[in-house]
Amino acid sequence: MSNPMVDTGEPVPYMERTRQYYRALGYAKDYVWAQHDEVPFAKLPKPLSECRLALITTAGPVPYDGKRQLWSAAIDPAPARLHTANLAWDKESTHTDDRGSFLPIEIASKLARDGVFAGLTPRFHGVPTDYSQRSTTDDVAPKVLQRLRDDGADGAILCPL
Amino acid sequence: MSLVARHLEANGIPTVIIGSARDVVEYCGVPRFLFTDFPLGNPCGHPWDQQMQEKIVRQALDLLANATGPKTTVNAPFTWKASDPGWRARYGRVDPAERERLLAVGEERRRQKAKAKTAVRDA
Repeated sequence: MSNPMVDTGEPVPYMERTRQYYRALGYAKDYVWAQHDEVPFAKLPKPLSECRLALITTAGPVPYDGKRQLWSAAIDPAPARLHTANLAWDKESTHTDDRGSFLPIEIASKLARDGVFAGLTPRFHGVPTDYSQRSTTDDVAPKVLQRLRDDGADGAILCPL
Repeated sequence: MSLVARHLEANGIPTVIIGSARDVVEYCGVPRFLFTDFPLGNPCGHPWDQQMQEKIVRQALDLLANATGPKTTVNAPFTWKASDPGWRARYGRVDPAERERLLAVGEERRRQKAKAKTAVRDA
């Protein structure tokens, strides 16, 4: 078996790294990731240039109250910083000081002004990265759907850290 | 996040994910995925590189508009910084010399969790 800690130039095997890490922490059971064979698919209802799009992140608000929960905020004025310290991004290799590197509000707004799409919805949304898949599926996802419908979104760009 | 994308899509709202954890996203199964092969944390491009970020968002929009079926993955044509070739091997590695320390960290976490559970039960 190949050693998952050696760089082969292939994408990082995050699931295997995570399993090894939690085993090293002494956890008896491996995390079971969501897996689905059937994948839904919907087409944009009109040309992209006429579509309003929502941005979704996994980062939290600043100030952060310590609760992982769904939140929404205005894209204008866009927040300079978001809370990311509690997320499993690569803290040895990079940083999250440039919010545009994980939630591109300004770049997307520019592309909308250029006519590529009609515009962002007035709010973006932050979803908690929950250990519990049931909480995401039964609670968070339906609420995100409702907020996108309330905002008139025709599509969504999701940017998990 | 992949589960949210699936739910939106199943209810008629098309989605595109821009992300760097290819195995996790593809294992879950999502409609459209723009893969950026960077360390976790900057899925939309190198920090402060707005030209790259714009190209990546453009590519995601193209994928949103033009994918013809689910499980469509596209690779963004960018790599991480040439000055840091070691990032893939570095993330989440378990250093054999650290085994005892990691085990102690895990035991402390389990102790805290058990304590929190007891506190809730007794409340």
